[in-house]
Amino acid sequence: MRIGLFIPCFMNELYPEASMATLKVLENLGLHVEYPTNQTCCGQPMANTGCAHEAGELAKRFLKIFKDYDYVVAPSGSCVAMVRENYAQFLEGEDGFEHLKTHTYELVEFLHDVIKPTNMNASFPHKVGIHNSCHGHRELGMASMSERNLPAFSKIEKILGLVDNIEFVTLKRNDECCGFGGTFCVSEDAMSAAMGIDRINDHLSAGAEVMTGIDMSCLMHMQGIIDRDKLPIKTLHIAQILAGES
Amino acid sequence: MGHPELAEKFIANNERMHWHDKALWFVREKRDLAAHGLNEWESLREVAKQIKTHTIDKLDFYLEEFEKNAKEKGLHVHWAKDAKEHNEIVLKLLLNRGSKKLVKSKSMLTEECHLNPYLEENGIEVIDTDLGERIVQLRNEAPSHIVLPAIHLKKEEVGKTFEKFLKTEKDNCDPTYLTRAARVHLREKFLNADASLTGVNFGIAETGGVVVCTNEGNADLGSSLPKLHIASMGIEKIIPRLKDLSIFTRLLARSATGQPITSYTSHFHAPVEGGELHIIIVDNGRSDIIANDDFKQSLHCIRCGACINTCPVYRRSGGHSYGYTIPGPIGSTLGASKDLRTNKTLPFACTLCASCSNVCPSKINIHNQLYKHRQSVVSAGLLGAKKHTILKVATWVMKHPALLDFGGKMARKIVPKLPRSILYSKVNVWGKKRELPKFPKNSFKELYKQREEKK
Repeated sequence: MRIGLFIPCFMNELYPEASMATLKVLENLGLHVEYPTNQTCCGQPMANTGCAHEAGELAKRFLKIFKDYDYVVAPSGSCVAMVRENYAQFLEGEDGFEHLKTHTYELVEFLHDVIKPTNMNASFPHKVGIHNSCHGHRELGMASMSERNLPAFSKIEKILGLVDNIEFVTLKRNDECCGFGGTFCVSEDAMSAAMGIDRINDHLSAGAEVMTGIDMSCLMHMQGIIDRDKLPIKTLHIAQILAGES
Repeated sequence: MGHPELAEKFIANNERMHWHDKALWFVREKRDLAAHGLNEWESLREVAKQIKTHTIDKLDFYLEEFEKNAKEKGLHVHWAKDAKEHNEIVLKLLLNRGSKKLVKSKSMLTEECHLNPYLEENGIEVIDTDLGERIVQLRNEAPSHIVLPAIHLKKEEVGKTFEKFLKTEKDNCDPTYLTRAARVHLREKFLNADASLTGVNFGIAETGGVVVCTNEGNADLGSSLPKLHIASMGIEKIIPRLKDLSIFTRLLARSATGQPITSYTSHFHAPVEGGELHIIIVDNGRSDIIANDDFKQSLHCIRCGACINTCPVYRRSGGHSYGYTIPGPIGSTLGASKDLRTNKTLPFACTLCASCSNVCPSKINIHNQLYKHRQSVVSAGLLGAKKHTILKVATWVMKHPALLDFGGKMARKIVPKLPRSILYSKVNVWGKKRELPKFPKNSFKELYKQREEKK
């Protein structure tokens, strides 16, 4: 099985530890992973701002780089949602697109749906709040949504539950948006920050020591608020917990 | 001012913003209880979507069937292609009967057509009889929500408003006291009215009758007393058969407020004795929306307000921050379809969290529509040159990995050495309320390459 590792552009530049942890999680499970070094951005920031032409160019580039892998795995729900939900507009009918679309997975989703590990060889003796990032949550279906009347499940909780000594807290609003929203975080910066503070406070009142999630972008936004307001909580990408680090 | 600026103003009052957020979240939670209490909830949504899709696709047929059956029942049917025609028809009907005092029950369509100011200019007294609508009408404000028009106001503010206009006791803001005062005030208006106007929740093609759902019974009282009843209906309100109605009545009130059904579901199939019932069927841009596959689902909307209550942006910015008749997610797509230039910030007043699409009882792909409208904003050249240039340059860099690597490396070297005064200057919008991430020494790619070399 050839797995192409896709590391979101900003994670490559700013979060080498979470990125490396993603690689380790996969390698610890005995998987062979390649990281194509000419990769850059999936085009999501452009697409979410309406710049279809620019997003299309990057989508074509992405397809060329990743189409020959059996699976593409990324530590981000929103970048994967971009490929699966929004690439069709740019790539429908292109050679290899159907395969790319159906074989690109978010890390936890890949573990849950494809690899199905029974043990992670990791311990994390902390109270953890799960931030259900919207694109992973509602586009990829990582967990049941509070809006819908369907059986409850959470792929994130199931995989994180394989980590020893971890304790989950219960939030008042289990799947409310943190307000990052891509370019929304600067085009509606006041709203973005207000939503972020509310999300952090929910985790704080639930007694969480650590907020974790599958999207570094949401965590980066909330960590920015935590650092500014000096709040007694920290964020950690889920890969870092699963890799048995920190 | 666009949505970002108006939202910022609303957020500036932290206490009030959270009060508003909690009030709407309370309604959302009530809705969840009701929706989760019905095992068939998801199938009801699916059937509703199918009925709406079918009806919109054959709308010409069903509208004509509706007209034919309505006329056979002795109702009058009028067609208005836009707001202007609608308003003129209403005025003409009123003048024909010499009516001067109109009582209205809630109708977002007449808000959309700006009917009230038009009639008032022409010497008609217009009284909104829904309690929330009456409150905002007295204050000369627009409704801030389609189901809860005065949700932006606290009881103290309602007390002050009634003190001024209804001469209630000074500083008395007891809800029961104020409601009774409104009832006395409105009762007098009902008794003296010589015409009534209602909205329409559903027009049934098979029967030619219209259905109006309210909680206060104001539509019933209003339309029963005067001899002239005008019902304004958007073309998308048609459903094919009477038996389709129950699908929607089961979804509507649960989605709106968590009630199993609205207190009143009134069927109008004939005028009151010796009176007239006129139905005005209004297009006002809806046909243009039907013509666009990306947006036509927005006409499946049954105006329950669930997407508004669930929207984390709406809850923290209030309805007036949208500047369009219908606020929140559904209003943002309808507003952008109607007038993209005026409403160009609305598709962006959204994090694409997709809660709206999943709460919607007729399964409208609201967040996908807002995503698509952003592309229309860019194609129309309305994004703003600065933003567009930044994204064009970023795309160019992303097509040149070596350049991105170099840029990243420089940033990781320079940024940590910059003084705070420069790093957090005004251009750093991110940094207004947030710290920047701590820049690491190496990128992942550098570490990965080092590791591969060691192998």
